[in-house]
Amino acid sequence: MARSLALFLLFILPSSAAWAASDLDKRTAALAEELRCLVCQNQTLAESNAPLAVDLRKEMREQLAKGASEREVREFMVARYGDFVLYKPPFKASTAALWLGPFALLLAGAVLLVRRVRRRRDAEPALSAADHERAAKLLE
Amino acid sequence: MKKLWLPLGFIGLLVLLGVGLTLNPRQVPSPLIGKAAPPFELPRLDQPAKTFTQKEMLGDVWVLNVWASWCPPCLAEHPVVTELAKSVPVVGLNYKDAREDALPWLARNGNPYQLTVYDGNGRIAIDYGVYGVPETYVIDRKGVIRYKHIGPLTPEDAQKKVVPLVKELRGG
Repeated sequence: MARSLALFLLFILPSSAAWAASDLDKRTAALAEELRCLVCQNQTLAESNAPLAVDLRKEMREQLAKGASEREVREFMVARYGDFVLYKPPFKASTAALWLGPFALLLAGAVLLVRRVRRRRDAEPALSAADHERAAKLLE
Repeated sequence: MKKLWLPLGFIGLLVLLGVGLTLNPRQVPSPLIGKAAPPFELPRLDQPAKTFTQKEMLGDVWVLNVWASWCPPCLAEHPVVTELAKSVPVVGLNYKDAREDALPWLARNGNPYQLTVYDGNGRIAIDYGVYGVPETYVIDRKGVIRYKHIGPLTPEDAQKKVVPLVKELRGG
């Protein structure tokens, strides 16, 4: 009994603590993946090694460890740095162009393409039977 | 008429991208404008035993200037801050610095600050959304942030934005 308890203390406890820590690291990393580093603006907080990114990862990890949800940490970041920190900003009036712009451009491109193809098809000369015969001869 | 669409679209795109080039991607609009200045109680740079809180400035229009001795743009804007401090109280926030570097820096370059607080680990700066020192905030009598400037203040920034805003806030 004492031996199994000792074994438990030796192996299971530290590994579960390590597991909790690595879980925390994973959550911090996942969260850092979706947030922008404001120092190196084309990197996520996870990728950046700017001192501020290191501090912010530490801050996020501490908050998660204290029991904050991902959503609360995200709100903490947005309250300080604005929607700009989110790689997926929320849909609202100020971000409508950002979200809808690419689709609007795609739609405009599709409309242009369809119109152009139709015009070309309509402009195709109608071939008479004699033309078909001549073409067939040329291809022989 | 139909032929015009393509060049028109192209010119539109050029204008859009051209305007984009004139904007500074570092100037991210702060969500803190119009909000209460985040509370802090930090030790003073010169007297670690004494603390200072933003509450002590209530009733005054004041400027918070985030700086560090390791930050060359802070040195570049220092004469502008010095000039500004003649017309409005400026509180310094020494960001992730070492006292033994920061104090000689002030001795060397002059100390325009009413006082400087010491934010050694940068935790309070996170609350203020600081990401590119130097940064400068104008805070009104009620303790609300009215303006934030990211990067070194130029004499134009100070004369055209900060000074008029301080005047306006004092009048109101």
